[in-house]
Amino acid sequence: MDEVGLELLQEFLAESYEGLDRLDNDFVSLESDPQNYDRLNNVFRTIHTIKGTCGFLGLPKLEALTHAGETLLVRLRDGEIALEPRLTTALLAMVDAVRALLGTIERTHAEGDSDHSALASRLVAFAAAEPGDGFDDEPAAVTSAVPAGADLAMPDGPGSVSPVGSDSIRVNVSLLDSLVDLVGELVLARNQLLQCAAGQEDMTLTKMTQRLNLITSELQESVMKTRMQPIGNIWKKFPRIVRDLAHTCDKRIRLLMEGDETELDRTLIEAIRDPLTHMLRNAADHGIESSSKRRAEGKAEEGLLHLRAYHEGGQVNIELTDDGAGIDVDLLRDKAVTSRLLTPLQAARLSAREALDLVFEPGLTTAREVTNVSGRGVGMDVVRTNIEKIGGSIDLASKPGVGTTIRIKIPLTLAIIPALLIRSGHEEFAIPQVSLLELVRLEADEAVERIERIAGAHVYRLRGRLLPLVYLNRELGLEEDDSADASTIVVLRADDREFGLVVDHVRDTEEIVVKPLAKQLQGLRRYAGATIMGDGRVALILDVLGLAQRASIVTDARHQGLQEVRDAEETATEGVTRSLLLVTTPDDGRMAIDLSALSRLEEVPRSAVEYVGGQRVVQYRGAVLPLVSVEDVLDERRRAPRSGPGTRASASDESLNVLVCNHRGHAVGVVAEQIVDIVESSVENLQASTRRGARGVLVVQGRVTELIDLDAFVDVAVSRFYGASALGTPSDPDSVMAGA
Amino acid sequence: MATTQLCTFFVNGLFFGVDVQRVQEVVTYQTMTRVPKAPPVVRGLINLRGQVVVALDLRRRLGFADRAPDVEPMNVVLTDEGGAVSLLVDSIDDVLLVEDRDLAPRPETIEGAMRDLVDGVYMLEGRLLLRLDIEKTVNLC
Repeated sequence: MDEVGLELLQEFLAESYEGLDRLDNDFVSLESDPQNYDRLNNVFRTIHTIKGTCGFLGLPKLEALTHAGETLLVRLRDGEIALEPRLTTALLAMVDAVRALLGTIERTHAEGDSDHSALASRLVAFAAAEPGDGFDDEPAAVTSAVPAGADLAMPDGPGSVSPVGSDSIRVNVSLLDSLVDLVGELVLARNQLLQCAAGQEDMTLTKMTQRLNLITSELQESVMKTRMQPIGNIWKKFPRIVRDLAHTCDKRIRLLMEGDETELDRTLIEAIRDPLTHMLRNAADHGIESSSKRRAEGKAEEGLLHLRAYHEGGQVNIELTDDGAGIDVDLLRDKAVTSRLLTPLQAARLSAREALDLVFEPGLTTAREVTNVSGRGVGMDVVRTNIEKIGGSIDLASKPGVGTTIRIKIPLTLAIIPALLIRSGHEEFAIPQVSLLELVRLEADEAVERIERIAGAHVYRLRGRLLPLVYLNRELGLEEDDSADASTIVVLRADDREFGLVVDHVRDTEEIVVKPLAKQLQGLRRYAGATIMGDGRVALILDVLGLAQRASIVTDARHQGLQEVRDAEETATEGVTRSLLLVTTPDDGRMAIDLSALSRLEEVPRSAVEYVGGQRVVQYRGAVLPLVSVEDVLDERRRAPRSGPGTRASASDESLNVLVCNHRGHAVGVVAEQIVDIVESSVENLQASTRRGARGVLVVQGRVTELIDLDAFVDVAVSRFYGASALGTPSDPDSVMAGA
Repeated sequence: MATTQLCTFFVNGLFFGVDVQRVQEVVTYQTMTRVPKAPPVVRGLINLRGQVVVALDLRRRLGFADRAPDVEPMNVVLTDEGGAVSLLVDSIDDVLLVEDRDLAPRPETIEGAMRDLVDGVYMLEGRLLLRLDIEKTVNLC
């Protein structure tokens, strides 16, 4: 047996002995309380675990024996037969036999030639005592199917390996935790010393600090390792869960687990247990189709769940792939609309990817019926919350008919993390690097030019996307650093949304030790903790998600927005406010478009405009977007401006302002002369218009403004570009987004 | 006769004491890291040999005026369930052994924050020692 195998064997022995010791107690108390389900379940689990590992290690005798015991225990546990004294005796005999076998294995690394088949048969006979159903698949001759344990014959003789007990010791977790804390202190002291020694020219000191540096790093690694556990510890239960689920749902499912030796910190292991279990249930219940359906679709009858864990870039990745039905994006959209999460317009506007993300919305489920396993609509949102709580992220990809993959990324540990150190308003802060996407440096004059405002909100154009900006100085009420000739946009991701945090200086990256915040500061939702810097000062760690939520960039804002729209619809008859984007027309008139109809605002260089059969188009995100100007629809708007160009904000000779809309399943770019503002305006006093292209007239900011009727614009685009035949057969609303 | 040991200090000319069992240590003024947007009582975070400790200004907590900018307060570091918390006081006096029979209930006429935070008064010779309720003092909610 190789070293790994030997290690596994030792581990198995240590575990099994522990389990057996508990069993003795369990049996003793079962004698006085034979109906105690929990105890029986404990016994069953212990035997089950031993059996499972036996198969893996190739210990046929032990496996046969424990299998027989398990067969009897299942019936006892399920209350199908009662625990009589003769059964207890037989089971205790089994425990003794198991102990004897383990002893032989420990000494010789082989099972020896003791024969326990009689005991096994007796156990099976007891189990079959009453004619029951459900045990048909338990073969009577259990010994026949197990693999041979030939490879257990050890080259080194008996007695050459010390007893298991001395190889591993049980240590209280709190001791490990305090060790991790102490190492954290040491890392800080090391950082301080390094900084101090960097300015010295003393060679001896330099050498000593270098040595200390190395030792500290190694110590840190080793101590972190003591808290590491293989993820397999929580996977152990999964085959059973899947088997039971498959049985309940009448499906055939195979669970393939890969990378169960992948290690991560025990605090994290605990934190992902429930989310993983939930994902597995989901996949088994409404991911994998029924056997008949799979057969009809030409798939293998047996569904496959592939659970995979691996390390990558200092993080642990966990993937769950099923080859089931996949997620029906259109169904998700419908569900979102019927559960009033989105308006039909918003739902249609979502890209396939964004629509998939609806899975993470609270209260949304695609299950057509609620089963006793899943489908109640609580779940994936909780899974996401739990994963994000530990600094992880979750991502989902699905292809209808082919399957779904959920990928979770979590940090290895939470105690010591890499962070970006920044300065703002003369104070220093740390940002966990997990959330960091990129840094954009802005010279002072550049900042004025490149940062634009939409109704008071600052945005930055980052490679064709609008990045909402949060100014750390303002968010934290810090004094402005006037001396700064440049600032930096730290592009961060929170809850799958990106935003830019504007800070004064970026200093460095460093491994920092996370210290929890005192309870007096926990309600602030701006800080994730504190840390001690190399020079001994305390620095606050920014809570990226909290900041984003405070600045209304993520979920809260999104939900709030949705709520507003929902409220708006519910009280539509009473007259409500809408968000309107105000634009000017060539004749310097004003028009408004309902903001909810817009997908994006783009600035398109005039040189990028091409013509297809007289229709202006631009290439946009890998597709062709027809452009329709206001004057194309409303002829009388074509007139020259009544006043000079004067106060134009963003219109330019080189580029066009394009409002990208997805309406009735068509994408169309509405060309606006210039964008004025976004306003909240009551549409109560909208005076209906019969003019083509205008839904009505209202007064906004003291000016008469026509509300754009997108129908007319789409009609123009369709007749000119998509072709008349396309009318009435809307294409996939996302087709124009393909390749984005 | 039952006695208690109190760690005593001065805030705004008043003589206060806390149970010495809860005092982890007393240290001189430490550089603090301000916590933006925190309640005003929180003056900052200090690094106490690797332990991050939140410092609460007892003057502000009790509703007194701030001390002069050139006066450095002292830290009375108390053990707390979550770790440690420091109270910033004007000056430290001594550890006094006081007799329980000298403890009088808080006079009903005390007003403001003092009314909530002082849970008894020791009548010592020539002066009064105000005993602080630590839990209430460090709890800002």
